[in-house]
Parts: sequence; structure tokens; C-alpha cells
Amino acid sequence: MIEPKPVLVDRLDGDPVEMEVSTDMVKRGLVAAPVLIGIAALIWGANGAASAAFAIALVLMNFLLSAALITYTARISLSLMMGAVLGGFVIRLGLVMIAVLLVRDQSWIYPPALGAAIIVTHIGLLAWEVRYVSASLSHPGLKPRPPVPHSHSRNHS
Amino acid sequence: MEAFSVLANSQITDEGLKAANAALSSGFAYGLAAIGSAIGIGFLVGKSVEAMARQPEAAGMVRTTMFLGIAFTEALALIGFVVFILAGLG
Repeated sequence: MIEPKPVLVDRLDGDPVEMEVSTDMVKRGLVAAPVLIGIAALIWGANGAASAAFAIALVLMNFLLSAALITYTARISLSLMMGAVLGGFVIRLGLVMIAVLLVRDQSWIYPPALGAAIIVTHIGLLAWEVRYVSASLSHPGLKPRPPVPHSHSRNHS
Repeated sequence: MEAFSVLANSQITDEGLKAANAALSSGFAYGLAAIGSAIGIGFLVGKSVEAMARQPEAAGMVRTTMFLGIAFTEALALIGFVVFILAGLG
């Protein structure tokens, strides 16, 4: 007797697309980091450059942590994923705040450079990634792969 | 009553008032931005989970869109945070 397939699924075993997207964004961030740090150095000097570097690291860690949380919990349960995303939002905002509060009294921190770099890096990388995803007409996990050579000796049983 | 009299007799300087206003408004800015983001992310993830549960073959596309949507929504909270650090630390 054939068991009926469940109509609703409660976990996902597919490709970790969030990790693919976030590692892609980190690679782009590492490429763009010298440019952003250079611009910050031109506008705000050495302290601005150091603050921008700290902000870029913060944003990239935030992306990676967010993706890792979704990828890990989606394999267990969709309900857990929902809870992890909402709880993770609070935790990540708290971590960003703690990281900034820990360094706020350092001599190399310049708040306007830090703030501007956080916003520009976050939104800039997202816009760049969205452009890539929409241009490739599919998300990274579904990108067309090279065709497999056709074999005539294939068993059709 | 003693506390009220101390409060009434205390000297509130312009700088103190300005600092208090900055602290208050930066806290409000961050709080309101975080609330807005949280509502948006909750709505977004709820709908995404529903879509993935009903149509698992489209889960990859939904997950990508969901992740990018979360990150975009989170940008609002980060803007609130930047206002907080500029008003609070600046």
C-alpha cells in the first residue's frame, strides 16, 4: 500500500541557500572594503578608516550569523526557524549594540564614520546581491548547471 | 516630599537639558525602528514559512527572497541604531 504524501512539510533539507547568499555577500564585502575604508580615510582621516573597517566587519558578521541561524534551524523544523529568526533578530541587534558600546571609548572610534559605514555597507551589499540574484534569474541554489552528457546505455527500468 | 523639594531646587543647565533630550530621543528612535523591523520580519517570515510548507519545491526561491527581505527590513533597525549612536555617543 502506498503511503499518501503529506500535504505540508515541516522541515527543509535542500541547499543552504542563505549561506550561499551570505558568503557571496561577504566576498563582495571584502572586495568593496578597501574602497569604503579609503573613502572614510579621505573624509574622516585614520580614525574614520578604522571605524569604517570595524563597521564593515560588524555588518559581515551580522549577515553570516543570520544565515547560519536560518540554515541550521530550517533542517530541524520550520517553526523553530521562525522562532530563531525572530529571536535571532533581537540577539543580533543586541550583539551589534554590545560590540559598539565596548569600543565607544576607544580613541580610534569616530561615531559618524561608524554609523555611515554600517548603513552604506549593509544597504550597498544587499542592493548588489539583489541585482545579482535578479540578473541570474534564479537564486544561487537553482543556478543552471552545465548539462550532464547524455548516455545511451541508460537503464530506463 | 523631600525628593520633590530637591528636584524643585536643582539647577537644570542648558547642556544638561540638551543631553537629556538627546538621550531620550535616541532611545525612542532606536526603539521605534526596532519595533517596526520586528513587525516586518515577523510578517515576512510567517508568510514565507506558510509558502514553504505548502509548496516545498519552491522552498529555495522562497528562502532566498526571505533572507534578502529580512536583511532589507533589518536595515531600518540599523538606521535607528546609527541615529542612537550618533545622538548618544556623538
